[in-house]
Amino acid sequence: MRKMLSLTALIGGLVAASTAQADITIGFVTSLSGPGSSIGIPYGRGIQAAMEYKNEVNGEKIKLIQLDDGSDPSAATRNARKLIEEEKVDLLIGTATAPSTIAMLAVATELKVPMIAVSPVIGQPNPTDQWGISVPQPASLLVKVVADRMKRDAMKNIGYIGYSDAWGDLVYNGAKAVEGEDGIKVLTNERYARVDTSVTGQILKILAARPDAVLIGGSGTQGALPLLALGERGFKGKTYGTVALVNPDFVRVGGKAAEGIQVSAGPVIVAEQLPDSHFAKKLALEFRAAYQKANNLPSTDGFSAYSFDGWMIFTSAAARALKTAKPGTIEFRKALRDEILNTKELSGVHAVYNFKPGAYHGVDERALVIVRLVNGAWTYQP
Amino acid sequence: MTADIAAILAIDGIATGAVYALVAIGTVLIFTVTRVIFIPFGDIAAFTALTLAALDARQLPGTVGLVVVLACMACLMEVVSLARAGELRAVPKAVLFYLVLPLIVVGTVWLTMRFTPPMPVRIVLALLLILPISPLLDRIVFRPIADASVLLLLTVSVALHFALVGLGLLFFGPEGVRTEPLTSMAMEIAGVHVSGQTVLILAAALVFSGLLFLFFDFTLIGKALRATALNRTGARLMGIRPARAGTIAYLLGSLMAGVSGILIAPVNTIFYDSGFLLGLKAFVGAIVGGMTSYPGAALGAFGVGLLESFASFQSSTLKDVIVFSLLIPVLLWRSLASQHSEEEVEE
Repeated sequence: MRKMLSLTALIGGLVAASTAQADITIGFVTSLSGPGSSIGIPYGRGIQAAMEYKNEVNGEKIKLIQLDDGSDPSAATRNARKLIEEEKVDLLIGTATAPSTIAMLAVATELKVPMIAVSPVIGQPNPTDQWGISVPQPASLLVKVVADRMKRDAMKNIGYIGYSDAWGDLVYNGAKAVEGEDGIKVLTNERYARVDTSVTGQILKILAARPDAVLIGGSGTQGALPLLALGERGFKGKTYGTVALVNPDFVRVGGKAAEGIQVSAGPVIVAEQLPDSHFAKKLALEFRAAYQKANNLPSTDGFSAYSFDGWMIFTSAAARALKTAKPGTIEFRKALRDEILNTKELSGVHAVYNFKPGAYHGVDERALVIVRLVNGAWTYQP
Repeated sequence: MTADIAAILAIDGIATGAVYALVAIGTVLIFTVTRVIFIPFGDIAAFTALTLAALDARQLPGTVGLVVVLACMACLMEVVSLARAGELRAVPKAVLFYLVLPLIVVGTVWLTMRFTPPMPVRIVLALLLILPISPLLDRIVFRPIADASVLLLLTVSVALHFALVGLGLLFFGPEGVRTEPLTSMAMEIAGVHVSGQTVLILAAALVFSGLLFLFFDFTLIGKALRATALNRTGARLMGIRPARAGTIAYLLGSLMAGVSGILIAPVNTIFYDSGFLLGLKAFVGAIVGGMTSYPGAALGAFGVGLLESFASFQSSTLKDVIVFSLLIPVLLWRSLASQHSEEEVEE
């Protein structure tokens, strides 16, 4: 009798365990340490806000497992494998740096698990075997929107200075792409590195070309360096940049010299200033509230919002996928992948998402607004 | 390029070169006395800037934690090695030097922070906090392998640099800092605008190299350091302890690195990992000077600064390539022209 009881208990335990297994399990990788951590930490906070906002789909609880990749692609690969093979996750979300994200995507494709990338992914996926999508606005779009604004402001001669890396190339190529339209000319292609101590030489060369405006292809705090040098040399023209510049330390370091710069950024950056009719306004304010509640901090960056939008894409796809398959199964992963790639007109806080097989990115020009730095605060410029 | 532009570039290059010169002289100093090519030297400069910025922001700088941890480790190692050698009488002195002194510095900073001290005091505090780091690292890392080959010391030094960068991220965070300008003065020299900061950097480089010259020629400790640099065994026979000479060299070197860190902090944004490139370019300058001569290292560093400045105007993408390519002909010339030193024969 006693044996019988313990057997029932055992079976009961197993059943309980397997129902717990039926939760949707999400593997989230981000860079909480290493050079990518200034972006990775906000990504982590964003996902906490998203969990706070919505932690179940159609009554199915969501279980989140978070791992740190230390900004290292090989650690990201190991984490992705561990999450899939040991934790049997239904979906991967990650990570802060582009190389790590691409590494994770390769694992996801190999092991047939859908993945939502929160960093930009370059290239063309194979439409028949695509397992990943990317949330952020692609760099080409970021630059295109800025370039269109320069065109609207009737700027003809553009000076360019950016990082001597892939990001600098992306912004430069974006500016080059609109050259010739309405007489826009890119006069210089000056480069500097994040740890450089001076850009005097580059700035002198730009000033010698007498541009109407200068486009900055830097990021974060050190994006302010060319602006400070331009200010020192008394440059009076306009300055433009991309969302890569938007962080509190850029404003602090740039001070007066950064004043007036116009950048393209996701609408969430200026959520309060958006008109009520804007698609992102309501959700962005809810996101801010959830972020405050989950992290006990006000949200000031755009990065955490990418995690949040990734979560929105996942929950909306999961709601549809649950109709055909149970979480934790191969069928569910496939259904989830198909539904993610079938996302239509989904409003997030950054963009309206439309995914289809054959492309990583699924955003259009609605995903960006122009904001201007006025008295140290980003101001919406319709 | 017009004459105006050339003048501006030259001034910019000299200012950068002066910062490199301070670090290069420190590198040469430590190398000649201890045979260690101290790669983390640039990191020390960057950490000083970050410490000063934290003090400016009325925060307790991350350096405090670093110094406390290093002091405890160094003290433990020293006490254990003394105990093994059976020299228990020397233990209180070791504790005083390796634990109590650094902790007094930390305590001073902690106490002074409550009174929001003025700028000059903050600079002194930042320098005081930075000074113990390299001697403590020397005790923990280099003392146990003091007699190893230069190559091994270099390898360990590179590893130490990576460890320090990691610790820098831990203690200072990933964001860059820029401190308040030391002076807002500016002047015109022959129609070219020169900022007070540039003048200050140049003056500091000259003053510190001058002081170092006086120190080496007119004090007993300075002469002892020179003796150790020339011949370790000989110096030992004359009653000079190489370990003590090494500590003094590290202290002096840290002071130079710290001063250069404080001088560049208002001109440029400093990150926890900014030090490496700074140290590397100073190292190129030191190599141009042959790694043994102070005026040579200083001149080499100014050359690197000027080259970098003009290269950034001519072809900004290839700037660093140009600077580091300078090493190849210099190394070729050095290895063809110079005699092999006594030490290489030893190995």
